[in-house]
Amino acid sequence: MTTTLKPATAARAAGHQPGPLALALRQGRLELTQFLRSRESVVFTMGFPIVMILIFAAVFDGEIAPGVSFPQYFITGMIAAGLMTVSFQNLGIWIPIERDRGVLKRYRGTPMPKWVYFAGKVIMVVVVGVVETALLLAVSVAAFDLQLPGTATKWLTFGWVSVLGITACTLCGIAISSLARTARSGSAVVTPVALILQFTSGVFFVFTELPSWMQQVAALFPLKWMCQGLRSVFLPDTFAGQEPGGSYELGRVALVLAAWCVIGLLLCLGTFRWTTRRDG
Amino acid sequence: MDNELAIVARGLRKAYGKNVAVAGVDLEVRRGEVFALLGPNGAGKTTTVEILEGYRRRDAGEVSVLGSDPANPAADWRNRIGIVLQGVGEFDELSVSELVHHFAGFYADADDPEKVIARVGLAGKARARTHTLSGGQKRRLDVALGIIGRPELLFLDEPTTGFDPEARREFWQLIRDLAAAGTTIVLTTHYLDEAEALADRVGVIAGGRLIEVAAPEHLGNRQQAHATVSWRTPEGRTESTESATPTEVVTELAARFDGEVPGLTVTRPTLEDIYLKMIGHR
Ligand SMILES: Nc1ncnc2c1ncn2[C@@H]1O[C@H](COP(=O)(O)OP(=O)(O)OP(=O)(O)O)[C@@H](O)[C@H]1O
Ligand SMILES: [Mg+2]
Repeated sequence: MTTTLKPATAARAAGHQPGPLALALRQGRLELTQFLRSRESVVFTMGFPIVMILIFAAVFDGEIAPGVSFPQYFITGMIAAGLMTVSFQNLGIWIPIERDRGVLKRYRGTPMPKWVYFAGKVIMVVVVGVVETALLLAVSVAAFDLQLPGTATKWLTFGWVSVLGITACTLCGIAISSLARTARSGSAVVTPVALILQFTSGVFFVFTELPSWMQQVAALFPLKWMCQGLRSVFLPDTFAGQEPGGSYELGRVALVLAAWCVIGLLLCLGTFRWTTRRDG
Repeated sequence: MDNELAIVARGLRKAYGKNVAVAGVDLEVRRGEVFALLGPNGAGKTTTVEILEGYRRRDAGEVSVLGSDPANPAADWRNRIGIVLQGVGEFDELSVSELVHHFAGFYADADDPEKVIARVGLAGKARARTHTLSGGQKRRLDVALGIIGRPELLFLDEPTTGFDPEARREFWQLIRDLAAAGTTIVLTTHYLDEAEALADRVGVIAGGRLIEVAAPEHLGNRQQAHATVSWRTPEGRTESTESATPTEVVTELAARFDGEVPGLTVTRPTLEDIYLKMIGHR
C-alpha cells in the first residue's frame, strides 16, 4: 500500500505522454489484439470470402466472356464484399456492443483525444483487410488459376480503389453504429444493409444482368463502385465494353468513393454517441 | 476562492422527462477534502456525479469543477480528474495488466501501472483476462483505472460495492493514502461506516435535494442527540427513556435499585439511525 505518493497539486512533469502518432498506433494495436483474440470473428471474417469464392468457382465453371472465367469475374465482388465485411459490418456490429458495455464511456472519461478511438479502428480494419484480401487471392490463385493483375498501373488501381473503398466503409460503419440503440440491434441494423448491397452491387450476380433500376439504386452506394473499380484490375480491358457505362469509369469510381468518405466522416462527427440513451 | 474549492455547483437541476432527478443542488467541495454523498436508491447521486464528470448535461445551474465547466472543459481537464463509474465497462479480450498499461498512456503524468495494480490488490491477477475476474476484482480494476492518471480530483460512484470486508479495509487505506497526498475525493456510498471512516464531510441527498451537509459526527445534530437509557424492571419488563443527561438518569436508577441496575444500557444513535431518520422525514 505504500507507494510513491506525490502531492496531486504539485507541478506535473509534462512530456512522457505518447504523441498523436504513437497514441494512434497503440490504439490500433489494442484493437487488433482484441480482434485476434476473439477467434470466431477471425475465422469467420477471414474465411467468409474464401468459402464464398470456392463455392462460386465450383458452381459456375464456364466463361462469362471469351477468356474471362466466372471466378475471375466474381473475385472482384468477393474482394469488395470482404473489405466491406471487415470494415462496415465489423464496426457496425462491434461499436454498439462496446457502447453498451460502457467501454466507450470509459474512454470518454480519460484525456484520450476522441479521434484516437477511430484511428485505432481504422488501423485494425486496414490490417485485417489487407491480410484477408491476400489470403483470398492466394487461395484463388492456387485453387482455380486466378490471373493476378499484370501491370503496375493495375496494381496501383487495386491499391487506391481498396483504400478509398475501405475508408468509406469504415466511416459508414462507425456512422451506422449510432443507429443501434443496444448491443443486440447492431447486427440487425447492419446485416440487411450489407446483404442488400451485396445482392444489388454485382457481388453475387453479374452486375449487367440485374434490372437497370436496381443498377441505378446500387450506383448510389460505394459497394457497386468498389466492384467496378476492381473489375478494371482483374478483367481484361476488352471487357470494359460490357460495363453499364461502356467503360470502367475509374474517374467516377474515385469520385463516388471519395464522396462517401466525406459523407461518412460528416455522419460520424455529427452523430457519434459515446454513451447509450440509458446513460442519460 | 476558486483555488480552495475543487467543486462548486449552484442550483444544479436535471430531469429525465417528467422525473426530476436533481432538483436544485448547491454543493461545494474543498480541495484536499474527502466528500461522501449518501442517499437512498434513486436519490440522484449518480446523476449529480456524472454531471460533475462531464458525462451528463444539466438542465440548469452553474458548475465549476477544477475551474472548468464540465460540459465544456479546458484542454487538460481530463488529465486532472479520475473517474470510477457506478457501472463497469468491460474490455473482454484484454488482461488486467494490458488494460492498465494502455490507460496509463492516455495521461500526461501517469503512475506506474504495476504499482497501481499492486495497490488495488490485483498483483496476483495481472495476467488474467478481465472477464475472468470476480465482481469485487473487477471493481478493483475500475479503481485502478480511476487512479492511474494520478488525478487531482477523484470521483468514485459506489466504489466498494461487492468488496469483501478485508478488501473494503484495504480500499479505505488506499483512499486515506490518496487523500493524504492531497487528492480531492468525491465518493458515493450506501455504507454509513464507510462514510464515517473516510469522509471529512457527508452530503445527504434525497429526492434530488441535498438535505444536509456536515461532518459525520455532526450529521443530524448527532452530538446533541439524546441518549437512550434502558433497564429491566423487577417484573422483568424492559423500560427505556431518552435523555439529554443520561448520567443523571443512571444515578437516579442506581439509587432506586439500591446498587446494580439490571440490564442497564446507555446508547447514542448511530450514524445509521440518524440517517434513516433524516431520509424518512423529508
Ligand atoms: N438515464 C436515465 N434515464 C432516465 N431516468 C434516469 C436515468 N438515470 C437516472 N434516472 C432517474 O433519475 C433518478 C436518480 O437516479 P440516480 O441514478 O442519479 O440515483 P442514485 O442516487 O445514483 O441511485 P443508486 O443509489 O441506486 O445508484 C432516478 O429516479 C432514476 O430513475
Ligand atoms: Mg447511483
